[in-house]
Amino acid sequence: MNNSHIVITEGLVKHYPIGGGYFTALDGIDLQFGTGEFAGVVGPSGSGKTTLLNIIGSLDSPSEGKAVILDQSVGELSQKQAAHLRKKYLGFIFQTYNLLPVYTVFENVEFPLLLLNMSVSDRRKAVLDALEWVGLNDKIKSRPAQLSGGECQRVAIARAMVKKPRLVLADEPTANLDAANSHHILQTMEKLNKDLDTTFIFATHDDKVIKYLKRKITLEDGKVIKDEIT
Amino acid sequence: MTAIKLALRNLIGAGLRTWLSVIVLAFILILIIWQYAIIDGWDKMAIRDMIAWEIGGGQIWTEGYDPYDPFTLEDSHRALPQSFIDDIEKGNMAPILITQASIYPEGRIMSILLKGIDPSQQVSELPTGKLLEEYDAIPAIIGRAMARDSKLNIGDYTTVRWRDVDGTFDATELVIADIFKSDVPAVDNGQMWISIDNLREMTQMPGEATLIVTDQDYTWTGEESGWVLKDYDFLLKDMREMIRLKKVGGSVFYIILMLLAMLAIFDTQVLSIFRRQKEIGTYMAMGMTRGQVVKLFTVEGAMHSILAVILGAIPGIPLLYYLARVGYSMPAGSDSMGLPIAETIYPAYSVGLILSVMILVIITTTIVSFLPSRKISRMKPTEAIKGKLQ
Repeated sequence: MNNSHIVITEGLVKHYPIGGGYFTALDGIDLQFGTGEFAGVVGPSGSGKTTLLNIIGSLDSPSEGKAVILDQSVGELSQKQAAHLRKKYLGFIFQTYNLLPVYTVFENVEFPLLLLNMSVSDRRKAVLDALEWVGLNDKIKSRPAQLSGGECQRVAIARAMVKKPRLVLADEPTANLDAANSHHILQTMEKLNKDLDTTFIFATHDDKVIKYLKRKITLEDGKVIKDEIT
Repeated sequence: MTAIKLALRNLIGAGLRTWLSVIVLAFILILIIWQYAIIDGWDKMAIRDMIAWEIGGGQIWTEGYDPYDPFTLEDSHRALPQSFIDDIEKGNMAPILITQASIYPEGRIMSILLKGIDPSQQVSELPTGKLLEEYDAIPAIIGRAMARDSKLNIGDYTTVRWRDVDGTFDATELVIADIFKSDVPAVDNGQMWISIDNLREMTQMPGEATLIVTDQDYTWTGEESGWVLKDYDFLLKDMREMIRLKKVGGSVFYIILMLLAMLAIFDTQVLSIFRRQKEIGTYMAMGMTRGQVVKLFTVEGAMHSILAVILGAIPGIPLLYYLARVGYSMPAGSDSMGLPIAETIYPAYSVGLILSVMILVIITTTIVSFLPSRKISRMKPTEAIKGKLQ
């Protein structure tokens, strides 16, 4: 394995049972992602983008082939090992933000650090740093319901970045945002990618996102039809 | 620890939904503690009253005596042995002679137990000193229940008819010297107390007794044949059994209350898991295992009861303290139940009682919270993240 690649997929296939047969969401995906990449998987709905991200994120396992994330083969991980991989090294950003509604902004961002059993002072410092990256220091006591969509997604980015993960997976992060907010979000992520050398992999069909990508992988019917550096 | 921290945060964040369940649980907790304490208080008071009025430090019965079988009275009397007489003279024992009789208050016939007791006895709280007063008839004392049933008042006269040792009927006049207030039906209902000397003379049973009540310091040597010691275990057995049955009967009430509270918790949990699927998926994406999420939801449910204990303590401690001071007034007619029941029962709280009720509520809530939470272990994180129903 090449040490500079933090994600490697080889002959990755994912089937979903449908009725008596099955639907092939991914059909032989061979990809590698290196440290610090700012890449995106693009393609129409149903092309397999989210499925690929789910497998890379160890939330799902391949039907055939291999997906190796940080030297760990997703298909061979137990549920606990997969959870540990996500807890320590992966960050997720979702289309619908998935913030915890009863928590404040501070508590939402602090959550991944609680799982890592960090001390209170370390947690506080890390959370305030993360909120500063996304420009939300003044909203630490607000709850998600009191924030705009753009602010919510910035909180989600802070939550994904607070533990300084090796890899961030963002599934349609701008789908619910207007143009101005989308650009703001993407600029923030681009800056974090540069400053922290974190690998970002997007699943998107939003042109605004695609413009920011350094690498664009096009999926169609579960197959890679184009892999280009932009 | 993380689960507790997160669960507390989630619960407090959930606001009114949490506090409603907590308030209901706290109310039930206070009610259960109070109800158990009332029964325990009743138990303690009943034992204390029975010891004070009826059984003293224990009783010594003539062989064959059965208080539930009046036919045994005919033969259940015998002369007191010298060792008992010595103790009676020292005031350590009170002999009682019992016979069946009839009285005729207001022209009605009423069957009673006529009991003779030493007027100078100190073993029982019965006001037997009144039997020493001079009247133109044989002085008798009765309890309030007997006075109510017979419609006799202090100073009233009534004819009493009995049979002597040979079975011959005789009759005389009794005067009510005093009406005492006792919560022990066994010294009151259907009974009249006169001096044992009078009764011995009436029944021609000189120096005899049916039973003897001892004081607290008496030690039974077991040397007197024809007499049988009845200790607390025996004398209190029926009363304890009846109170235990009352306790079991009373449990039905708070089992229903607990079921309602648990139904609310169960419902809250089911609804939570249904509504918070996206949150559950997010927890998993951030690195929690399914087991940890199940634990989080179970702890969340269980913490309703912990919060209920804390919240319940705020009004509960002063309220239960107040109720312990003023007691609980028993409804009219309770004294006809055949059990020693005071007009006011004071609840008896104990650390054991409070802890056991708390532990019961916490364990039940935890189990009820765990049951719906198990569904999480079957959830796919990829579906849960999207909030898709599974």
